[in-house]
Amino acid sequence: MKSPFLRRFRILFSALVLICFFIVFADFRQIIPAKYINILLSLQFVPSVIKFIDLGTLASAGFAAVLILTLLSGRTYCSFLCPLGIGQDLNSRIGGRIRKKFRRYGYKRPFTVIRHTLLAATLTVAIVWGIYLVILLDPYSIFGRFMTFFARPVIILGNNFLSNILGKFDVYTLSHVPVTGYQLLSYSIPVFFLLLIFALSLTKGRLYCNMICPVGTLLGLLSRVSILRIKIDESICSKCGMCSIRCKSSCIDFLQHKVDVSRCVNCFNCINVCPDKAISYGIVSIKKKEVKTDTAKRKFIATSLALVFGLPFAARAQDKKAPVPTKTSTVKENKTFPVCPPGGVSIEDFNADCTACSLCISACPNNVLQPALMQYGVRGMMQPVMDYHKSFCTYNCTLCTEICPTNALHPLALEAKKLTRIGKVNFIKDNCIVKTEKTACGACSEACPTKAVYMVPYEGNLLIPETNVEICIGCGHCEYACPTTPYKAIYVDGVAVHEAAKKPENKESEKAIPVDFPF
Amino acid sequence: MKRRDFLKRSAGAGLAAGATFGIGRYDRLWTDVPGRAKYDMVAIMGGTPNAMFDLGIQELGGIGAFIQKGQKVLVKPNIGWDVLPELAANTNPSLVKRIIEHCLKAGAKEVYVFDHTCDNWVNCYKNSGIEKAAKDAGAKVVPGNSEKYYQEVEIPGGMRLKSTKVHELLLESDVFINVPVLKDHNSTRMTCCLKNMMGVVWDRGYWHSNDLNQCIADYALFEKKPALNIIDCYNVMVKHGPQGVSKEDVVQMKSMIITTDWVAGDAASAKMLGVDTEKIEYIPIAHKMGLGNMNLDTLNIRRIKM
Repeated sequence: MKSPFLRRFRILFSALVLICFFIVFADFRQIIPAKYINILLSLQFVPSVIKFIDLGTLASAGFAAVLILTLLSGRTYCSFLCPLGIGQDLNSRIGGRIRKKFRRYGYKRPFTVIRHTLLAATLTVAIVWGIYLVILLDPYSIFGRFMTFFARPVIILGNNFLSNILGKFDVYTLSHVPVTGYQLLSYSIPVFFLLLIFALSLTKGRLYCNMICPVGTLLGLLSRVSILRIKIDESICSKCGMCSIRCKSSCIDFLQHKVDVSRCVNCFNCINVCPDKAISYGIVSIKKKEVKTDTAKRKFIATSLALVFGLPFAARAQDKKAPVPTKTSTVKENKTFPVCPPGGVSIEDFNADCTACSLCISACPNNVLQPALMQYGVRGMMQPVMDYHKSFCTYNCTLCTEICPTNALHPLALEAKKLTRIGKVNFIKDNCIVKTEKTACGACSEACPTKAVYMVPYEGNLLIPETNVEICIGCGHCEYACPTTPYKAIYVDGVAVHEAAKKPENKESEKAIPVDFPF
Repeated sequence: MKRRDFLKRSAGAGLAAGATFGIGRYDRLWTDVPGRAKYDMVAIMGGTPNAMFDLGIQELGGIGAFIQKGQKVLVKPNIGWDVLPELAANTNPSLVKRIIEHCLKAGAKEVYVFDHTCDNWVNCYKNSGIEKAAKDAGAKVVPGNSEKYYQEVEIPGGMRLKSTKVHELLLESDVFINVPVLKDHNSTRMTCCLKNMMGVVWDRGYWHSNDLNQCIADYALFEKKPALNIIDCYNVMVKHGPQGVSKEDVVQMKSMIITTDWVAGDAASAKMLGVDTEKIEYIPIAHKMGLGNMNLDTLNIRRIKM
């Protein structure tokens, strides 16, 4: 095919995908139903792999579709479905507008050692240690963090600006949303990647995808055997070099009439730019001279694939040593565990599966989910953690569990979530207003949705909180509501493994229906 | 005797209702007639929230006695919790709707509804049924979730609460109608008229950590006082307040109290809830500060059973 429509189709399709992703992450009012978000996310490679490892169901095998697509057509995924890749294309285009020089790429040799090392390192680390490098390098998660950390606040500021203006006219359809940032240090990783990817894509096209991105490298390896490819017709080609100059992947060696399929992302720019119409996209011709097989490379592909598919079992084996809560903690007012979001099952499980794409952080209507610094240790950096000083978990909400693309947060039915204990309440009487000030408070008990925090008689007419851990689910509303500073008088300590809480019992009120006015 | 009383009163109410139809604007009739029976409080029992409000407000001369044409009205229900209407943690939505309809009929230019919720505000507004009810009736439902909407005001004479940030609509509206729902409360023992004001301020934590009862009473000093307190005692949460756990916490009292004196309203509500008024500390404090009258015996109360 030489049709210029290929490129136009690519642009249109990828623009749609990018817009969808943008909307999903920018949806701070939680308007889009979770099922649509799940459809969009089901084809994201790394999240889908992790979800498949967890569930093993066909529905979670979106990555298999991506693999098949790659075997058929090359790295189409990178241009059509990867939001980070599409974003980079957009940025390259802007770069080309700013300076013509940025638009002239030309053929470069691949950074084979770097990219293969990174892929191997990512896989190895994922298997023997944890998904730390996956968190850092998964393109979808990087994109998610960009949206959550940088785009979302801008969108909310825009919303607030508009709502201010509308408010002046007495219109309240848009509401002011407080912009709450995250801890400064948690910006370091997203900022680093933003600068890196921004600079590389602005000036060098898809260099990030072809040098660093492990997904790009993996799909590149597969696409070496893909059926559909970019081909140059030697008989027509006048070796003008336009294709090479316009190739974002710098993968067209026009003098040799060779296209490095491991780097080609099927953007189809070369087809349109070729004045001789010598470039086409189609089934690879069989009159091949390439007889010598590179056994080393094949081995690499084979082992990579084995690693990817063997990951579930290796990973499971790792997780066998189930975490046991440390009993030796003697430090008062000390949180022994961070609180991991509902559906995480256990901190260990959750840490193993979450790629820190931050979608849940974006989606949480209460902003209780915050990117972790060292709460989970190094391997859990950037993963969401419940921060009860900032907010609390809404009793009637399961949104984060519904949209998690990697199944790090298992979907929870509302009734199940209401009985899932993610932390335990602890009351420090010596901090409590009722004891220190001898005045009424009860903010914690008021907030408690299960009445795991309730009030009992204290001195005089006063009432003081008491706790019943049995029915506590660790939502953190008590900790959030507690007005004492700097330390709270009531706090939720995470549990290593989420537990089943008892259902709160309730007896019929003994108060009779009045038949007459009591006054 | 009681039945006779009741019949008499019913007849009176009937006459009034008849007059309404005959003359058109019954509220004007009542307000204009000199020496009419002006009650400090109307208590109604036995009807639906809507019917009780219709009857009760009529006894007070209609809502037009409190609102002038072209005025902006703030109706402040309790929408504090992300809980379904039948659990009675929030004001009855159909009552809110009815009040708004009365206000607009009486010529209010605009009616606003908001609350500074405890749970997530979007969920509260939605699941309480109040957002829909208020919008259906033609009111503007306004968010109260951001500090941006709140303005610092002085509380002259406040013991512990000397200044606080209140919602801008409280300041901008001409008339303020307080529509609390009567509930048990875990630390103050009851939440009603005065305590409902914690939903118009931004920083509740300050109240909690600086003598909650005194702060609740202090706030009543603020110049913008409710023209009317309409207390929803239809479904009453008698324990596990103010949020409640399940339906077992609710007793259907099918009552309503309408009063211009919010301390009296709270005192009457305490009786409904069966709690000693003295134990609900902010009531005697507010009474002593001269913010209202908790001695129900000295008030002119109109009691109606439907």
